Amino acid sequence: MPDATRPQERLIEIRDLRFSFGGNQIYDGLDVAIPRGKVTAIMGPSGCGKSTLLNFIGGRLRPDRGDVLVNGESVPSLNRGDLFDLRKQMGMMFQSSALLTDLTVFENVAFPLREHTSLPEALIKTLVLSKLQLVGLRGARSLMPSELSGGMTRRVALARAIALDPLLVMYDEPFTGLDPISMGIIVKLIREVNDALEMTSVVVTHDVAEACSIADYVYLLGNKKVVAHGTPEQMRNTESDDARQFMAGLPDGPVAYHYPARDYREDLFLEDLNE
Amino acid sequence: MNSVSLLGRWAINSVLRLGRAAVFLAVTLIASVKILRRFRLVVQQVFAVGVLTVLIIVVSGLFVGMVLGLQGYNTLVDFGAESSLGLVVALSLTRELGPVLTALLFAGRAGSALTAEIGLMKATEQLAAMEMMAVDPMERVMAPRFLAGFVAMPLLAAMFTAIGIVGGHLIGVGVLGVDSGVYWSAMQEGVDVYDDVLNGAIKSVVFGFVVTWIAVFEGYDAVPTSEGVSRATTRTVVIASLAVLGLDFLLTSLMFTEV
Repeated sequence: MPDATRPQERLIEIRDLRFSFGGNQIYDGLDVAIPRGKVTAIMGPSGCGKSTLLNFIGGRLRPDRGDVLVNGESVPSLNRGDLFDLRKQMGMMFQSSALLTDLTVFENVAFPLREHTSLPEALIKTLVLSKLQLVGLRGARSLMPSELSGGMTRRVALARAIALDPLLVMYDEPFTGLDPISMGIIVKLIREVNDALEMTSVVVTHDVAEACSIADYVYLLGNKKVVAHGTPEQMRNTESDDARQFMAGLPDGPVAYHYPARDYREDLFLEDLNE
Repeated sequence: MNSVSLLGRWAINSVLRLGRAAVFLAVTLIASVKILRRFRLVVQQVFAVGVLTVLIIVVSGLFVGMVLGLQGYNTLVDFGAESSLGLVVALSLTRELGPVLTALLFAGRAGSALTAEIGLMKATEQLAAMEMMAVDPMERVMAPRFLAGFVAMPLLAAMFTAIGIVGGHLIGVGVLGVDSGVYWSAMQEGVDVYDDVLNGAIKSVVFGFVVTWIAVFEGYDAVPTSEGVSRATTRTVVIASLAVLGLDFLLTSLMFTEV
């Protein structure tokens, strides 16, 4: 386990992040450090802003306060050109995969290469086919995105995310809505790709079992802050009520089962009076 | 009080939208200059926006021309002026019907398709994915579509007018017995290159610009849900049609008022 307290071991560092959107406060002093070369899972209940965090790392949103450092550069203060240069070193797999629907599988994976390099066609072909081979879809190169299953779509998205051999790959809810086989493939791929290409991976998910099986380190968000963090082992044996509720999937606990409401009896009684 | 504040909110939202649309146009125009380096993208869009609209333009133009021939003949024959049929058909088409009807059909066929396509790209995170791949969607998606609409619309209007004149000939000469030579020579005599053809062309350029701007902006500004995209598509057709009719009045009064 890397010591995430040593600055050179951190690829991403989020310091005291505060952000509100449309009158709702999303983060109130969030601190996250992502160790270099490892798979880090960011977990938390739906709507706690874990996917939004990826938008800060990618510089699509600017914090109200605090800083986001990626590879030593402060993302919010980068100008457009530098930000785009930094993004070339990041790959992202969206929950919806976000493949370009008018391009074939091959062209989707080739897209970043064609946009950002002027490599000869033969080399592009070699690179694309090697990425597709890695995700097991070399044979599907000429299919259109609409002809792929959910799991295959994600694998193509993964191949596209790593097309430029980035420093960092971000996965937004990679396991959601997949059958067990596809899920197993994605779990295996995230780990393999991270180790084979010596990258850093950030996996945003709420699937505890899958995340714990591949992550080296886990951050648990909730209530606008980091609730707990540690290795999967530490997280499973956590003393914190918030963390235990989430890790074990208990219906009630610090996160209440009921959406905040008036007293039940009072609510029923008043409804009757109004009618 | 409530309706007053609703009116106020509506007004503020409208002005904000207008502001966003203006900024969007500026950014698109800058991106359009850059995209000229990758002309292939524009050509692809001219095909999608223009070529695929040709059929509806040709069919509509033919029928509008035929109706003009019929109506024009019936009115003119009362005054013994059926020899001017060619002129009537040609002037109606070059000055008004060609640019205006083409723009309305273009908004319905190509404009709605542009809005829906861009709105769905937004809803399926394709635009976000491009941004994360350090590719500017304004350059890669918006600019080629905007340029394509801008280029295609005047060509389609010219096609509509030409086919309409043939349609008028078909009915006037073929069915109603106007002399073919008279039909063409009245047109040759009466239609002016600058006053009529050029002004009509200017109209179609302006309409192409405005309709494409509205269509691409509505797609980009759409709420990224299925309901949002459907509303945006409707708005494109409604706003673009109204804008075309309003601008047509404005341009006509500027161009054809004798001072």
